[in-house]
Amino acid sequence: MAEVLFFLAGIGAIAGAIGVVAVRNPFYSVLALVCHLLSLAALFLLLRAEFVAAAQVVVYAGAVMVLYVFVVAYVGGQDEPLGARPGRGLRPVAALFGAVLFVELCIATLGSGLQLIDSNGTELPAGFGSPEQIGELLLTKFLLPFEVASFLLLIAAVGAVVLARRRGGITAAEDQARYSAMDMLRPASTGTMAEAVGGRSGTARHEALPASRSESPSESTDEDA
Amino acid sequence: MDIGWYLVVSAMIFTIGAAGVLTRRSPLVVLLCLELMLNAGNLALIAFARMHGNADGQIFAIIVMVVAACEVTVGLGLIVAMHRRRLPIDVDEMRELQG
Repeated sequence: MAEVLFFLAGIGAIAGAIGVVAVRNPFYSVLALVCHLLSLAALFLLLRAEFVAAAQVVVYAGAVMVLYVFVVAYVGGQDEPLGARPGRGLRPVAALFGAVLFVELCIATLGSGLQLIDSNGTELPAGFGSPEQIGELLLTKFLLPFEVASFLLLIAAVGAVVLARRRGGITAAEDQARYSAMDMLRPASTGTMAEAVGGRSGTARHEALPASRSESPSESTDEDA
Repeated sequence: MDIGWYLVVSAMIFTIGAAGVLTRRSPLVVLLCLELMLNAGNLALIAFARMHGNADGQIFAIIVMVVAACEVTVGLGLIVAMHRRRLPIDVDEMRELQG
């Protein structure tokens, strides 16, 4: 039973990994990575790492992949021609490098003379890999790495906000592009993101549609200035 | 299953990720391939934790997941900043630091 599950999950993980590399559209790459992560969580379960498997599914396949999907949708996820342009001869070289690396890793791990590597592992104590044990280890033996990891997450969050924030308001062309039918229905100066960032509210809209919104003359003068 | 098989799967995933980092040009896919390599490392860590019956390797794997989440956040922030500045989303075009 464990063998069947291992082969199913292993084939799923490797197929997902190949899909990430080989698929042309980045959106499908993200979906292949989700498949890979779920198979990997099954492998973790086979290795009695229950908490890590649950965290893998929730944190990786849940949160991080949603972040990826958002960014792919934002950037546009244009198709990339696989190996069309520069570096024509580099693709076989990369495949060769991968094969050499695989052989080397297999030699390094399987030939390492570890006695337990051909066994199923030692007998496990009760509650191995359970949330109780992981939590106890994190709060006693590995307390310092735990705290450092929390600081690292904080720094990464602040860094991402600083990197991705909008600099210097909204340009006029960008402002023009985002009009929709909702602009006619909603009253002026009611909390769009454009108003929050640039302090400007629907300037071009008033120029384009002067008759439809005659009750807010102050804004149009505001933006003429 | 023998622990060695898990290590072989881990080596294969790491290899695929490394080949992807070398061949793909979109930074989004390069980040995804980095995730593959980190996950291969996680699988090896957890396999060794099972081999020795010691849960310290699982703590290592959790810390690696934290670092991977940070790396993804900053990397995606950089990609969004590149998109905002109308730079090409292509690692071959970004060669200003190359001298």
